[in-house]
Amino acid sequence: MSLHEEKIKYLEEMAARIRYDTIESVINAGSGHIAGPLDMADIFTAMYFHILRHDPKNPDLPERDRLILSNGHICPVQYAAMAHAGYFPVEELKTLRKFGTRLQGHPHRSALPGIETTSGPLGSGLSQAVGMAIGLKMDAAKNQALPAGRQVYCLMSDGEQECGQTWEAAMLAGKLKLDNLTGIIDRNNIQIDGMTEDIMPLEPLKAKYEAFNWHVLEINGHDFHEIVNAVETAHAIYEKPVVIIAHTIAGKGVDFMEFQYPWHSKAFKPEEAKEALSQLRTLQGKIKSEHE
Amino acid sequence: MPISKEAKLVKDVLDLKSLEQKPTRDGYGLGLVQAADENPNVVALCADLIESTRTESFAKKYPDRFVEMGVAEQNMASVAAGLSAVGKIPYITSYAMFSPGRNWEQLRTTVCYNNRNVKIIGSHAGVSVGPDGATHQAIEDIAITRPIANMKVFAPCDVWEGQKVAYEISKIDGPCYVRYAREKTPVFTTENTPFEIGKAQVFFEEKGRLDVAIIACGPLLHNALLAAGELEKEGFGVRVLNSVSIKPIDEQAIIEAAAGAGAVVTVEEHQIAGGMGSAVAEVLAKNHPVPIEFVGVQNRFGESGSPNELVEHFGMGVISIKEAVRKVTNRKY
Repeated sequence: MSLHEEKIKYLEEMAARIRYDTIESVINAGSGHIAGPLDMADIFTAMYFHILRHDPKNPDLPERDRLILSNGHICPVQYAAMAHAGYFPVEELKTLRKFGTRLQGHPHRSALPGIETTSGPLGSGLSQAVGMAIGLKMDAAKNQALPAGRQVYCLMSDGEQECGQTWEAAMLAGKLKLDNLTGIIDRNNIQIDGMTEDIMPLEPLKAKYEAFNWHVLEINGHDFHEIVNAVETAHAIYEKPVVIIAHTIAGKGVDFMEFQYPWHSKAFKPEEAKEALSQLRTLQGKIKSEHE
Repeated sequence: MPISKEAKLVKDVLDLKSLEQKPTRDGYGLGLVQAADENPNVVALCADLIESTRTESFAKKYPDRFVEMGVAEQNMASVAAGLSAVGKIPYITSYAMFSPGRNWEQLRTTVCYNNRNVKIIGSHAGVSVGPDGATHQAIEDIAITRPIANMKVFAPCDVWEGQKVAYEISKIDGPCYVRYAREKTPVFTTENTPFEIGKAQVFFEEKGRLDVAIIACGPLLHNALLAAGELEKEGFGVRVLNSVSIKPIDEQAIIEAAAGAGAVVTVEEHQIAGGMGSAVAEVLAKNHPVPIEFVGVQNRFGESGSPNELVEHFGMGVISIKEAVRKVTNRKY
């Protein structure tokens, strides 16, 4: 699965496109979450364009891996990644949050093929991922003919590590040694009311998961090498679930949003929208657009 | 005797002393194993209560299909949603106070909005839980499950019906809530008593003039039959309906009963707000308004005591049902 330089370049370009389309869709919707979608763009790109066993033309493929988005509010980036991967036309991103759309404000399973579960209320994604991992293991134990190693990935926010249910699920996954389950935490350090360590300190987060009998990896969530290596390492760990704590920069890609918790979710002023899109188009001035 | 022949109830159904007594939760244990024998996708989860919820026989027979969750009902609801997502039919069991009580939002979002095939089994519903007291007596569970879209709700009246409901819900897709009781109560239906999702069976039917329809669910249905037997001797024409299927509810049977009798009494071991009686009132207000009296818990919490003592104290005994019948017939238009 490892990466050559050409693939990395492809992923970086795809992530840039996904960031742009994500923010354009949120601006167009008039509301929605911003910082989290921007900082998870690289991980979503890695998932849909390199890691996941999936088929956008056959979302119910039985041998697919499962990607559970627990913090459903960052769905604009999942929608953008799915659109570019071929689940639905990129054009449809314009319907985000509008009446009749398949792209609900928080993702809904029955609305859009390829969404594994409805989410939004925080802290329940890991439980559902655990349930899927248990069920897939039951099947594998019964029937050797089934494709081996179908993986369950659960993407979580750091804020939802404050939910008690997250730890109920973590305890069960540790007890059952669910080595087909990989959690990925978006460690961007922000939540609605402020910085996580001010609102409700999460550290030492690594030690917490280790105490629940998980194997813990920490990575730079914007480095494709590290993302892919960590997932490969997770597959190689037996008898334990793995959580990857991905250190990310909230609002990544737009300088006035980076590290700023008020951009968790906020309405754009027209000049902010223009500036954000310009920075995302030019990778903060690193490339000159033909339009400028 | 106006006991319905079609209901195929036990002989001497009104002779309380002659009836066998078993808790409805025993029926859950039997129905679960019956469903599991037939369908390998049936799995069960329990939150540290396998003996008292009667999940134990399944857990022993099918250890590979059983998951002990520990005291974590919220996790249990969402783990079940995940299991259903990969094709399993999970039954989740705890006391009704904790599931669907404590884990309501998880049931709403991850089970019902997702339309997952999860069966929620709430044992120890009602004040008849007895000595454990109000913290463990779920009397709001119908009210909180009934309004959730996609959810079906059932309250079986005895151990036989408890088994039938547990088994039949394995054959329909989608979330179901079934409330069971702790206390031994009369076994008055039989293996042959019909049960159909969405249908209310007539258990007691005066063939002549009809004065009142009593619509009941759960073990209190037997109190309703005892009341009907006594009322019949006093000259009342009574029909008793078993409303085991609270959602979907049998609108036609309820409308026909109200139209024939002109007055209705509902009986349930639950708050009168939001329960089965409220469901009946919704049907009648829209289709055929008649006076209704609601027998149930009147906006109070339970307390410790013996089950029968508590049922009487909270106004759900035979005498209270008869009083409600007199009151409602006096209110007729």
